[in-house]
Amino acid sequence: MTLNEELRQFVIDNFMFGKPYKGFADDDSFIERGIIDSTAVMELVAFLEERYRIKLQDEDLIPDNLDSINSLTRFVASRLPANFAGVGYADRIVLGI
Amino acid sequence: MPSNSRVFPDLKALTMSMLSTVFSADVLKIDAAAVSADIASKIRDIVMRQLNRKGVIVAMSGGIDSSVVAALCSKAMGTERVLGLMLPEADSSPDSLHFANLLAQSLGIRTHVEDISVILTAAGCYQRRDEAIRKVIPEYQAGYKCKLVLPDQVNGSAYPIFSVVVESPQAERTKVRLTLDSYLGVVAATNLKQRTRKMMEYYYADLSNYAVAGTPNRLEYDQGFFVKNGDGAADLKPIAHLYKTQVYALAEYLGIAQEIQNRAPTTDTYSLDQSQDEFYFPLPYDRMDLCLYAKNHGLLPEEVAPVVDLTAKQVARVYHVIDATRSATRYLHRPPVLCEEVPEVPDDARV
Repeated sequence: MTLNEELRQFVIDNFMFGKPYKGFADDDSFIERGIIDSTAVMELVAFLEERYRIKLQDEDLIPDNLDSINSLTRFVASRLPANFAGVGYADRIVLGI
Repeated sequence: MPSNSRVFPDLKALTMSMLSTVFSADVLKIDAAAVSADIASKIRDIVMRQLNRKGVIVAMSGGIDSSVVAALCSKAMGTERVLGLMLPEADSSPDSLHFANLLAQSLGIRTHVEDISVILTAAGCYQRRDEAIRKVIPEYQAGYKCKLVLPDQVNGSAYPIFSVVVESPQAERTKVRLTLDSYLGVVAATNLKQRTRKMMEYYYADLSNYAVAGTPNRLEYDQGFFVKNGDGAADLKPIAHLYKTQVYALAEYLGIAQEIQNRAPTTDTYSLDQSQDEFYFPLPYDRMDLCLYAKNHGLLPEEVAPVVDLTAKQVARVYHVIDATRSATRYLHRPPVLCEEVPEVPDDARV
């Protein structure tokens, strides 16, 4: 599973009750499509910090970084340490979009 | 004959100038006497004919909204049919009780004071809140004060994620962004305050066969600035259609004490002083009112910007916040959703 696929699955599982909205694309804005609100952003941040062991600062919490699958993927990929091993099934993650 | 490159900027400036003369703060001006009489008439009809109740309970916080509602109910029903409740708790400002008493005396209505701290303590409100705060600030303990704050929603593009600000007994302040579980823990615990107040309001309502008046203004009602089944619960909401600016106009007309009119709007929920615009709204109420009115009437950000002393981009951001907040709080307004309709109970009779 690529990073992009894992993030997409997280968003679908947690904010779309397991079923992707019709035509949901990796560049779609979460805000414009009404997929997440501020509580969901907190849930997303908690997932990113725990899953990828990265620390998000206040200035990171902007739509440019978190408002689509593609922006999320770019942001997380840019923050992962080179030797990231993750936890659990991380060995199956392939970095890259 | 000027060239086009000179004409267009001039025309644009002229157009903007004309637009700014059309939209102004005057759009919120009301005939306070007429509005007051109209609302009083409707309160009478709602309480006595539609709800078949004998009077009104008003929880009085000493703020402008509850003061105006209490005054309107007194005007509508007569002072003998209005009961003012003061429901302070451990984190309430002493000003709240002071101003509520001041108003009750000037109106001549009966009052009861119920300190709800004991109920809240028994329900674990303070303990649960403090435990939730300690998830992000472990040193937080008895003697500290706290409040929640949002980032600047007008100038920044950051998501509206709350931070907690705590102040030690030595007046040292710490601000930390809340995690999801700490945020939910703090909100769930502090919402006990509004729900306990509402429980006491309905106790007194049942005791006298009275109706409970809610006190939201339009800004609060539209933007979901209330706790579901807490301050959001009521039998009637007499000023929910009025912008807060208009509530102040009514306060002036109704002779509400100047001290109450001058008091800055506060949530009175957290132990540190907390304005409504650092906790919820992106702007102070007067400019927020104008942006909400303008958005409701389809005005462009460019038309509104000079009136509220913002750029068009900032107004557009406020419009976005209004939409996002409406969407996020829609569920607060909804009655319980049935799996199938029960035609014998019409929608407006359901709770």
